[in-house]
Amino acid sequence: MRLPLLFLIVPALLYSEPAKDNCVVCHTVMEGPIQRPALLIKDDVHSANGLSCADCHGGDRSSDDPSVAMNKAKGFVGKPSRKAIPELCAKCHSSPDLMRRYRPRQRVDQFELYKTSVHGKRLAAGDENVATCVDCHSVHDIRAVKDALSPVHPLRIPDTCGRCHSDAKRMAKYGIPTNQVQEYRTSIHWNAVFKGGDLSAPTCVSCHGNHGAKPPQVESVAAVCGSCHVLFEQLYQKSPHQPIFSAAGGGGGCIVCHSNHGIHLPSTAMLVGPKAVCAQCHEPSTAGANAALKMGGWLDSLGASLTHSKEVLARAESSGMEVSEAQTRLLEGQDDLIKAEVALHSFHPEEMHKPIEAGLAVADETLRAGQAALKEKDFRRFGLAISALFIAITVVALWLLIRRTEMNGSGYVTVPPKN
Amino acid sequence: MLAKVSHWFDDRLALSGIRELMAHKTVPVHSATRWYYFGGITLFLFGVQVVTGTLLLFYYRPTVAEGFDSVRFIMTRVEFGWLIRSIHSWSANLMIFAAFVHMFSVVFTHAYRPPRELTWASGIVLLGLLLGFGFSGYLLPWNQISYFATKVGADVAASTPGIGPSIARILRGGEDVGAPTLTRFFALHVMVLPMITAALVVFHVLLVQKNGMSTPPWVPASGVRQMKFFPNFFLREAMVWYGTLAVLGALAAIFPWELGEKADPFASAPKGIRPEWYFLAQFYTLKLLPSHVWFIEGELLGLAGFGILAVGWALLPVWGVRDSGEARTRLVSGVGIFLATYLVVFTILGYLK
Repeated sequence: MRLPLLFLIVPALLYSEPAKDNCVVCHTVMEGPIQRPALLIKDDVHSANGLSCADCHGGDRSSDDPSVAMNKAKGFVGKPSRKAIPELCAKCHSSPDLMRRYRPRQRVDQFELYKTSVHGKRLAAGDENVATCVDCHSVHDIRAVKDALSPVHPLRIPDTCGRCHSDAKRMAKYGIPTNQVQEYRTSIHWNAVFKGGDLSAPTCVSCHGNHGAKPPQVESVAAVCGSCHVLFEQLYQKSPHQPIFSAAGGGGGCIVCHSNHGIHLPSTAMLVGPKAVCAQCHEPSTAGANAALKMGGWLDSLGASLTHSKEVLARAESSGMEVSEAQTRLLEGQDDLIKAEVALHSFHPEEMHKPIEAGLAVADETLRAGQAALKEKDFRRFGLAISALFIAITVVALWLLIRRTEMNGSGYVTVPPKN
Repeated sequence: MLAKVSHWFDDRLALSGIRELMAHKTVPVHSATRWYYFGGITLFLFGVQVVTGTLLLFYYRPTVAEGFDSVRFIMTRVEFGWLIRSIHSWSANLMIFAAFVHMFSVVFTHAYRPPRELTWASGIVLLGLLLGFGFSGYLLPWNQISYFATKVGADVAASTPGIGPSIARILRGGEDVGAPTLTRFFALHVMVLPMITAALVVFHVLLVQKNGMSTPPWVPASGVRQMKFFPNFFLREAMVWYGTLAVLGALAAIFPWELGEKADPFASAPKGIRPEWYFLAQFYTLKLLPSHVWFIEGELLGLAGFGILAVGWALLPVWGVRDSGEARTRLVSGVGIFLATYLVVFTILGYLK
C-alpha cells in the first residue's frame, strides 16, 4: 500500500515545479476556524519541504473546484480521526527511504515506540483522550524539534507535557498525580536547562522517553538515571542498597533518596542531620547510621578544607600574587571531592577513603602555597619599606649636598638667553 | 697613582674635553625648569627597560608553547623574577607617560624653535618607537588579553588603505596572529627597536648637548640665571631618578603586573577587550566614528586623520615658527592644549566605556 504511494509522492516532490496549492489559496480567504490551518502552514516544516495539505488530508490540490479538490474519489479524508493520526504520520515517518531524502539521520521508529507507550496502548484500546503526535508536535504549524518555537523543543517540553499532566480534571480518571511539572521546576535538572541553558540536561522526555513515553519501572529507575550518571549507577548496582530498594514498592532505585521530579542538589545534609535521608531507614547508632555519619563527616571535612584553601589563594591573588599553579592544583582536589561523592554510592565507606585522602592532601598543599604567597607578599612589602627608606635617605643626602654646594650661590651664573 | 691612571686614560680618550664640557654646561633657571627633568626621567626609565629586559631574556622563551609558561616561571620560580618583570612592565608604562609629558613640555615652552627642529623630529620618532616597544612587548607573555588586543591592533593596521593588508601580514607573519607573530614581535622588541632607539637616543641627546637647553620665549631677553649642569643640575636629576625608582619599586611590590590566562586562539575574545592606555584615545575615536562618512569607510577616515595628525605634529617646527624664527606661541599652545585635552578625555572615555 505504501510503496505505490511513495512512487507518486516522491517524484512529484523532487522533480516537478511546486504546483499551485489551491487548498491554501481557498482556505486563506475563508473566515473562522477553517482559515486557521491555511495561515499556520507557512511555519510548517513539511510545507517548507514541499509537502501540502493534500499529503495528509488527501484530495486534489491542483483543482480550484471544491467538489473536485475534496472528492473522496481523489482520496480526500477530511479531518483524520484521532485514532488514525499516528498511522497517518507514520506513513512517511516510518519510511526509511522517504525520510532519508529529508532528514537522513532521523529515526523512523517513532510509531513503533508509540505503540509501546501508555499513550499508544490506551489509544489502541479506544481512549482518544490520550496524546497523539499532533498533541505534542502541534498540527498545522509543525516545526523542527530544534526550532525554539516548537512545542517539543527542550525549553518547551515541560509545558507541553504539563498541558495534560498538570490538568487535574483530565488526569482524574487515570489516578496519576499532577504535580510532576511543578516539582520539576524546583529541581536541579530544571535549573540546568532553564537557568544554565544546557539543552542536554534532562526534561520530561529524557527520562520517560518521548514517543515511547511511559514511567520507568522500578527495576529501570537506576538505569534511566545511569544513562547520564554512569558511575553512580555502576556503584549503586553493586551496593547493598540495590536489592533492598528494588524490592521495595513506590519506585525504588535512585529516587528513594533523591526523589524523582523534584531532584535537588545533593549535600551532606542527606547523610547527616535532621533532614538525613539515611535516617529514614537506619536507626541512630546502627552500623548504617554510623557509616552515613562517617561518610558525611569526611565529605564535609574535605569540602571545608578545599574552601579554606580557595579563600587563602583568592586572598593571595587579590594581593597581586601569582598563584595560578596552586589554583589549578586545587581543581584536582575538587575532582577528588567529586570522586568521593561518586564513591559514596557504593555505600561502603572504605571506597571513599582514597579520594578523600587525596583531596585532603591537595587541600593541604594548596593551603600551604597560598600561605607562602601571603608570606611572600608581606616580605615584598617589608622589602619595599626598607628600599624606600634607603632611597629616602639618599634623596635627603642629595638635597643636603645640593644645599651645601649652593650655600654661597655657587654654581649659578647669569648669561644672555638662548632660544 | 690616581692622577697617573687619569692621565693615562686622558691621553687615550681625550677625557679633558668631556670634563671641560661638563664644567661649562649650564641649565637655565626659570619658572619652567622643572619640566626639563622629564626628558631625563624618560632616559632613566629607558635604561631600566634595557637592564630588566636583558634579565628577562635569560628565562623568556619566545614560542607559543613556552612563552606564557616561561613568564609564569619568571614570576613564580625565579628569585626576584616577579620584581624584574613587574618593574619592566610598570617602567614601560611610566616611560611612555614621561615621554608624553616631555613632549608637551617642549610644546608649551616652545623649545621646538630653530635650531632644534631635528631634536623635535627625532623626539617624535622616538615616541613612535616607544609605542612600538609597547605594542610588541604586550604580546610576548602570550596571554589571553594580549593575544586578542594584538589581533585588534593588527586588524586596525590592516584597514589602512593600500598598504594596510601588507603591513598587517608583515606584522602577523601570516593571515592571523600566531606563532610567527610572536617570534617577529620578539625580534622587533629585543633587537630591531632597541638598536634604532639607542642610535636615535644618542642623536637626540647629542643635539640637546650641541644646542643647549632652550629658554622659553617669556623669559626676559636681558639675561637669564643659569645653573651649572655639574654638580647642581646633576644632583637634582639624581634626586628625581631616585624618586622615580622609589615609585617604580612601590608599584611593582604593591601592584605586581598580572599574568592572566594563557592565550587560547579558539576561545572567544575576553569581554571589553581594549588596547593599552596609550592607544585608548585612538581606539575610542575609531569606535565612535560611523561605519561610513559619505562614501569613505569610518575606520579608514580615522586612520587617515591620525596619519595626517602625526605628520603635521612632526612638522611643528615648520608651521609653528614664523620666518623670523619666533614661535607662533598662541597657535601652538592652542593646538597643544586641544591635543592634550583630546588625549586625556578620550583615554578616560575609552577606559570607562
